[in-house]
Amino acid sequence: MLKLGVPSKGRLMDKTFQWFGQYGITLSRSGSEREYSGVVNGIDDVELVLLSAGEVPRELAAGRIHMGVTGTDLVREKLPLWHVQVKELAAMGFGQADLVIAVPDHWVDVDTLDDLDAAAAAFRARHGMRLRIATKYHRLIRTYLRTHGVADYQLVDSQGATEGTVRHETAEAVADITSTGETLRANHLRMLSDGPVHQSQATLLLSLTAPWDDAALHAKETIRARLGLRE
Amino acid sequence: MSAQTPAILAEAARLRALFDAAGAHPVEAAILQPADLLLDLYGEDIRARAFTTSDPLHGEQMLRPDFTVPVVQMHMASGADPARYAYCGAVFRRQEDDPDRAREYIQVGFELFDGSNPPHADAEVFALFAGALGGIPLRMATGDIGILIAAIRGLDTTDRRKAALMRHLWRPGRFRALLDRFSGKTQANARRQKLLAQKNPFRGAGPEIGLRSRAEVEARLATLREDAATPPLPAAQVRLLDDLLALSDSAPAALSRLEDLAVDMPAIYGAVETFAARLDALSDLGVDTSRVEFEGSYGRTTLEYYDGFVFGFYAEGRHDLPPVATGGRYDALTRVLGRGRSIPAVGGVIRPDLALLIGGAR
Repeated sequence: MLKLGVPSKGRLMDKTFQWFGQYGITLSRSGSEREYSGVVNGIDDVELVLLSAGEVPRELAAGRIHMGVTGTDLVREKLPLWHVQVKELAAMGFGQADLVIAVPDHWVDVDTLDDLDAAAAAFRARHGMRLRIATKYHRLIRTYLRTHGVADYQLVDSQGATEGTVRHETAEAVADITSTGETLRANHLRMLSDGPVHQSQATLLLSLTAPWDDAALHAKETIRARLGLRE
Repeated sequence: MSAQTPAILAEAARLRALFDAAGAHPVEAAILQPADLLLDLYGEDIRARAFTTSDPLHGEQMLRPDFTVPVVQMHMASGADPARYAYCGAVFRRQEDDPDRAREYIQVGFELFDGSNPPHADAEVFALFAGALGGIPLRMATGDIGILIAAIRGLDTTDRRKAALMRHLWRPGRFRALLDRFSGKTQANARRQKLLAQKNPFRGAGPEIGLRSRAEVEARLATLREDAATPPLPAAQVRLLDDLLALSDSAPAALSRLEDLAVDMPAIYGAVETFAARLDALSDLGVDTSRVEFEGSYGRTTLEYYDGFVFGFYAEGRHDLPPVATGGRYDALTRVLGRGRSIPAVGGVIRPDLALLIGGAR
């Protein structure tokens, strides 16, 4: 049996169901709206596992699901060794979001990472603490800022409403995902001009650690063939 | 693999006995260290390298990533000068990239707090390590952050530019970008030039939110304007700095190159004299200095607290292994942790597991 992990709610789930539907693989939820179990039609030996999108990377890495759908931002954040644990089979063309670093729009002197670094140095000298960047993408942002030689900052954890942290003075800048930039603008924030830290979209992933039986292997080949993917 | 096999413990005990015989006072350090101090010293990068854990009463803690910080703290709080300390125990390092790198290993360390003759203290620590590791085929690499600092101080430019270069001495990529900008090799983009020329640069910008005030933004704009009007660093000085950073030779040959450079870069003269005195002291202590390598950029990618002599012992041909031993001078760290007081200090650590792996049991 091939276990396919799919986001359990919202637009991401609906779009995933539609996407597989194009290839004659019909995914649906069984029972009531609140019951997290699913049905697969149009292909044999595939079991639908409904999960939070944030748990899909971990389940793929642990080999508890064979394939899964989630954003590449979550894969890279949660799996330091993602390239040996999972393989990206197909970009699905929805759920596009950029991970960006944004600062208050009134910081007219800060346009690039280079400016952010200089502003952080001055901020630390003046306020006696490192400039705070609110995010839930700690590993991705830390690696990015280290690679680009930014110093004198600290990351503060924010699991939601991250754009509000600057106004509430619990952070000076934010690093978050955005698709249109609307929420950033509404909160008087502006992204740096260096470009996004990471461009994410919903992606079909293959676990490189899951155990395969004959039925699962056969189901994998069938999915590959339907999707037109080469080995 | 366990960090503490009997063979590794025996090698650790052997090294520790050598440090004790050198007059060191034995010290211990708590495994749980307050995270705020380490974060303040090293910045966010330490989170990628140290294990963090939470304590409901004392806040965030880290499993000690090294002994130097707690030993310096202990010395600055109570110690009398001069002093020498030895320690032996496990340190813990998070590994995000390579699952085969050790997360837990023993360090045997020696720290010397003595301001009476710093070049001699440098040489004493290095000779002690070279002796302890004698017989193992190791490459001995050294550098001198003090010479780089002196070179930056001597540049013909504003204090602000020197401070910016100094701040990024340990981040070679950004250091290079700053040097390119200050020497006029790269120009500010059109958008930046337009911003600085504007009468009201805040026109169209959002409201003032957050802790960083409008006044701070204005202060930085003034800095940017001042910097835009600053003449570029002379090309000849950038070339000399590049020569210094690219220097790689045996220590005696490097000394004569440095003496040549000091003719055109008089600011490094004192630091080069210190280097010469250290080499003499090394020879006096029986170290074959022709086997000691010197690299102008050595130590620029390690921990930020080294600010003078730096060294490392490496297994020949084993680029996959971390250094068997590392160390250096960290006068500035004692100033940061000493709350106003400071004392010249130099020290280092050996990994008995790697000494054993390369050299075998002795």
